[in-house]
Amino acid sequence: MLGRTADGLYWMFRYIERAENIARLVDAGLRVAMTLSGASDEDWDGVLQSAGVRAAYNSRHGRLTTADAVDFLLRDTSNPSSVLSCIEQGRSNARMVRTALTRDTWEAMNECWIDLKARLAKPLKAKELPDVIHTIKQRTGLIRGAFHGSMLRNEIYHFASIGTYTERADNTSRILDVKYYVLLPSVSHVGTSVDNVQWESILRSVSAHRSYGWVYDGGYRAANIADFLILNAQMPRSLAHCYEKIVGDLAHLEADYGTRLKAHDTADEIYATLKSRNVRDIIDQGLHEFLEDFIRKNNQLGLEISEGYRFYI
Amino acid sequence: MMDADGRPRQPYSNYHEWYSQQDPSLLAAKSKEAEHIFRKTGITFNVYGHAESAEKLIPFDIVPRIISGQEWRRLAQGIEQRVLALNSFLYDIYHKQEIIRAGRIPRQLISNNEAFLPEMIGVRPPGGVYTHIVGTDIVRTGENEFYVLEDNARTPSGVSYMLENRETMLQMFPELFHQNKVQRVEDYPYLLRQSLQSLAPPGCDGTPRVAILTPGMYNSAYYEHSFLADMMGVELVEGSDLRVIDGKVKMRTTRGYQAIDVLYRRVDDEFLDPLTFNPESCLGVPGIMDVYRAGNITIANAPGTGISDDKAIYSYMPEIVEFYTGRKPLLENVPTWRCSEAESLAYVLDHLAELVVKEVHGSGGYGMLVGPAASKQELEDFRAKLKARPGNYIAQPTLSLSTVPVLVENGIAPRHVDLRPYVLVGDKVKIIPGGLTRVALKEGSLVVNSSQGGGTKDTWVLED
Repeated sequence: MLGRTADGLYWMFRYIERAENIARLVDAGLRVAMTLSGASDEDWDGVLQSAGVRAAYNSRHGRLTTADAVDFLLRDTSNPSSVLSCIEQGRSNARMVRTALTRDTWEAMNECWIDLKARLAKPLKAKELPDVIHTIKQRTGLIRGAFHGSMLRNEIYHFASIGTYTERADNTSRILDVKYYVLLPSVSHVGTSVDNVQWESILRSVSAHRSYGWVYDGGYRAANIADFLILNAQMPRSLAHCYEKIVGDLAHLEADYGTRLKAHDTADEIYATLKSRNVRDIIDQGLHEFLEDFIRKNNQLGLEISEGYRFYI
Repeated sequence: MMDADGRPRQPYSNYHEWYSQQDPSLLAAKSKEAEHIFRKTGITFNVYGHAESAEKLIPFDIVPRIISGQEWRRLAQGIEQRVLALNSFLYDIYHKQEIIRAGRIPRQLISNNEAFLPEMIGVRPPGGVYTHIVGTDIVRTGENEFYVLEDNARTPSGVSYMLENRETMLQMFPELFHQNKVQRVEDYPYLLRQSLQSLAPPGCDGTPRVAILTPGMYNSAYYEHSFLADMMGVELVEGSDLRVIDGKVKMRTTRGYQAIDVLYRRVDDEFLDPLTFNPESCLGVPGIMDVYRAGNITIANAPGTGISDDKAIYSYMPEIVEFYTGRKPLLENVPTWRCSEAESLAYVLDHLAELVVKEVHGSGGYGMLVGPAASKQELEDFRAKLKARPGNYIAQPTLSLSTVPVLVENGIAPRHVDLRPYVLVGDKVKIIPGGLTRVALKEGSLVVNSSQGGGTKDTWVLED
């Protein structure tokens, strides 16, 4: 496969994943704004930080308001991480790697683009938001479904999959890092409704507020939430699950190519950490530090993959 | 569809019977459905100069154009003769130039022509083939009366429409294909790959590796490039993927650099090699011409083929065909006045309102004058241009083109069409039974180019 094609696939699936994650973040943000009495527009600060676009927002808007934040996250094309930008980029990459995709996958991507471009063409009214967010999740889900249902399990699949899980791991770790302080025992007022809303919001941003209840019976506990999102490999957006997948994809490439690269060692090392640590230790030794380190290594892995598989040169 | 007595012409008889039983509103709905299929599949072309919504659909007409097997056979023979002559002409022009010595075409026609590449002099492409893929533009004026409008011998486009139009028709009207025995066009990608592989460079051992070189996704025909690569199962490469290493052209893959044996390039000559041609080009491969001249890669179509389909050369095609095949051309040329010649120019200026005037080096229907459809002012403007640079133009009569039925708001109506069959030249010549029918959708219009409001339709060649 061409190095440029591998690059195009990796980023196509990162963008699709990002579009979906941003939609979940907006969804969670709207929920907080709706349910928390005395909720202020300031609550969007965390959402924008999780999306990694706080500074970009500031250079575009003076004040932080729900309407502006939602617009910026969903449809502002000057924001490279807005849903609309991601879908444009994803579709543009899909055109570039068209020959690597099945017709089903391409059409799902193309129709996602046609649909969302139309839905996000004009500023959205508040009452339209639930439906738009639903459409974003549904459309990106259709791409994923077509991809899993129709693609050969070969190098194309693995590069795309690595893109998906690298982006997802980045996203989950950022959500946690922005809100890590509400998970720390020292500042948590167990049982207060403020905490419950914050915790539920974290779970909601990764669509895990229901599954949490099934896995950890009982109410919200900070340590359990951290465990669920970081170490529990059953949870599809946890860091452990993402790395289980990435390590698996890289192992396939290693076997297929007969070559082991630096990226393989890096991924194995990250995965080993996630498997061996327990959440108490992580919190005791510094949740924030742990997450920062993870985000850095996750980025590092992306660079090593792009170099090792000749994405650019 | 109908003959002079109002009866359906023979090849259309089955279709006509089917059509007369259809509900017009259902056909209109089918037409919408076709548009939806094209949009969803992403079968679009890019229009230069439109930043927003730059991807357009070419209108598709759901009424097929039908040609009888007998008529097709005669046409195919004529095309084959012409394509063989084109390749012989190209070999001659880049070697001994016997046709010039024989006084059949003027020397300055070649030496002053930008499409002539001195870099190709003495180069023998693998198999001696210069133009591997040809799209011969044909118009029909009556039963068994065909004229060649243009020989597209460089990088003819549109073949993806031939394939997608058929695919769409098969999806939408399966019953029609039970009632009519239509010859297959679906094998084209397979035949193309086979044809290209048959002309791999002599040093290639094992299965020749083919790749398609595209200028990239902003090119107007990008969809076609990716479609063909996908259907052929070959890599779609850009200049930035390629590099000359150890005397071979290699592509950067996730496993390292791999050699390419046959490059089907959809990049113009000028941009192919910045070391030989346009130094500003980022679309090509520095040094590819050296590899080519050393016989280590096949480039399809060969650089310099443009000299054979130039509009100034076109008027000499009857002589060219006869010179190399020893026979009269089976297909007619449209009578052509070369405005570079004083007598012709005088005639053209006198009859401007009846003629079509084209730029010698133009393409895509830009910069042409259709006399009968032009306003007084347009005629005057063009007259001035002709006088200023007569050598830049040729003129042709407007032919009484045959029409075919298209679906319009109130049923079907006749519109003018042309036909571009696709020819593959490898170890053998293969002509795909069918082609791209382009239709001038505006009533009375003769211009079929997609950039000028033309559409396309499926083209059926019947078995008989």
